[in-house]
Amino acid sequence: MVGALLFAMTIAPAAAVLGCLVFHERSIAEKLNLAASVVVFAAAVVLAVLSAKGPYHFWADYIVLDMPGAWVTLCTAIVYLLASIFAVGYMRLLGEEEKLWSFYALFAGFALTVLVSTLMNNAGLYWIAIELTTLVSTFLVGFERAAESVEAAWKYIIIVSAGISLALLGTVLFYWSGSFVLGPVYDMTWATLQQAAPKMDATLVSLAYLLVLIGYGTKVGLAPMHTWLPDAHSESPAPVSAMLSGALLNGAMLGIVRYLAIADAAGIGPFARTVLVALGVLSLLVGALFIVRQNGIKRLMAYSSVEHMGVVALGFGFGGVFGVAGALYHMLNHSLNKSLMFFGAGNVMRSFGTKEIDRIRDVWTHYPVQGSLWLAGAVAITGAPPFGLFLSELIILRGGIERNYGWAVAAMVVLLVIIFIGFLNHFREMYFQPTAGADSPAAAISAWCVAPMWLALAPLLLFGLWWPSGMWQHFSAIAQSLAGAAP
Amino acid sequence: MLVAHLDPLASSIFSLMAIASLLLAFVMLGSRWLNNYLYAFAAQSWIIAALSASVGFYGGYPELYLIAVLTALFRGLFLPYLLWRIVRRLNVAREIHVILQPSSALVAGAFCVIFSLAVGYRVSQSLGLAGTAAVLALTVMLSMTLIGFLMLAVRYEALSQILGLLVLENGVFLGVQILVPGMPLLIEIVILFDLMIVVACFGVLIQYLFAHAGTTSSLKLKRLVG
Repeated sequence: MVGALLFAMTIAPAAAVLGCLVFHERSIAEKLNLAASVVVFAAAVVLAVLSAKGPYHFWADYIVLDMPGAWVTLCTAIVYLLASIFAVGYMRLLGEEEKLWSFYALFAGFALTVLVSTLMNNAGLYWIAIELTTLVSTFLVGFERAAESVEAAWKYIIIVSAGISLALLGTVLFYWSGSFVLGPVYDMTWATLQQAAPKMDATLVSLAYLLVLIGYGTKVGLAPMHTWLPDAHSESPAPVSAMLSGALLNGAMLGIVRYLAIADAAGIGPFARTVLVALGVLSLLVGALFIVRQNGIKRLMAYSSVEHMGVVALGFGFGGVFGVAGALYHMLNHSLNKSLMFFGAGNVMRSFGTKEIDRIRDVWTHYPVQGSLWLAGAVAITGAPPFGLFLSELIILRGGIERNYGWAVAAMVVLLVIIFIGFLNHFREMYFQPTAGADSPAAAISAWCVAPMWLALAPLLLFGLWWPSGMWQHFSAIAQSLAGAAP
Repeated sequence: MLVAHLDPLASSIFSLMAIASLLLAFVMLGSRWLNNYLYAFAAQSWIIAALSASVGFYGGYPELYLIAVLTALFRGLFLPYLLWRIVRRLNVAREIHVILQPSSALVAGAFCVIFSLAVGYRVSQSLGLAGTAAVLALTVMLSMTLIGFLMLAVRYEALSQILGLLVLENGVFLGVQILVPGMPLLIEIVILFDLMIVVACFGVLIQYLFAHAGTTSSLKLKRLVG
């Protein structure tokens, strides 16, 4: 059952890629990608539920379905589905009809690489999967071929490849430290490393952990390695921005979480956690500073991603049931909410014909329905009730207090308040500030572009008002499985 | 653990090769001519290929011979050839604008080596391997990584940035051969993937040329800030 679902989940996007390559036709590629995303979503929901019955191993232990992995898979699948619906309407506006089949081929391929990375049980194969996500998404970032897009793509591939090489160095050092315990040749699965960790040398593991954290942290977009993120997220087409932000960042965060569990088992937990928490606070700080004085609408969203990845890093860094549960919940909420925000930003960008906040005015009068959805999303993403992010941030704060990270909790609260004010101030300008000389919108927005915004907002509101007890049990089980081998 | 009990001859051969590739990294750091980077990179890759063959011989890992052949073919011949073609087509012979003069870059590189030596010594002491080839392997691995980053930071030409990345990875490969020769399958795949990164870089580079008509210097990449 699990094997069949995993197979369906990976084969569907792969088939979509093949189909796009064979037919070279926009209308077929659109449908194939949409169908693949529906299959992936259905499979991921069932897999996330089934994963509670303990890890499943396939293909000589190279592939694993465990609870944290299945959760990230679910977040990825949700964003993939929403972005695929959105892309149908949005990509037609770009006026690159004859190239769209290649867009859908790359898009399905990108989703496939992120999904595969969450299932890798071998630290080396995980590295390769993450590297693959970079290769595929570079071309999506540069898809529009404007000078800015190509600049963003160049920065993206150079910075992320350099960061990822550090992760390779860290992976090698982890293998080396394991070889003192397990002998020169062994399978480097997460579980093996975690079991061998108590006997590993603490100095070497610290060095290796730091390298891995910096390496995958670059991919997650933690400050100060975040520099590629605002460029890549703001210059790629909106569905790709949503995938980068809602799916890719979580996929790389999963690696940090797995290595954190190994570091815990090796007895350097307090050190490892403090470094992760410090990076989280720094990301919040950088996010706050750049959100307050931002004029690019999609760059605003990109810095908000830096901020939210900082919050997730804080949750995992704090640890404990509350920290981990809050962080996992925040991943889901952020995936939903950031997709909503990027869709709204893409629509507004296309209809006003500008990326600058200064030139977008009176959104509400022009687009009452779509504007309300976007505004609700903006309120949600700053962590205001009654939406899901309020709950998850609150739980993370509680986790921090419980684990005695008072300074980080204080910094997080102050910075979240600053971000709340700064972020919503931009929306006040766009919605309520009457200005002469602003552009008035030209294009009508199709239903394909608004429907996914509804689909994203509804669960956000639902989970903000009602947290199912099954979900809480699932999260605490994940927290226990991550802390499993810790002394 | 191979490095802990090597016979003296093998140990000195490994050390010689590691030091030679470190020297070649300095050649790249100290030059402004793109052709020199290319030759130094190719030579470095051949040395690393020879290193994996000799580790395979002394350590009894026959699969390393295959890795040696792959390294020599891909990193020693194919990649330099691709890069050489790009250099010719772009008509950029050297770095025109530099942040650090080559002489200052050499000094900065020397500091990288000293720092790596300190880290390598500390780690091997904690592992009880001080005085073995492990210290040198760690030092060379870390300092080549740092020098790769230095090249990324102080060079503007797109091509030197690609080469900076490749030096960084050469450093990791070199360390892998000596420290964990039992990790072969991974290395094999990584070599192939590396090639794909570079090809992808070229794809972006060519698009970039289309958009900007002529320049490949990252000095001009100033549209996206803040």
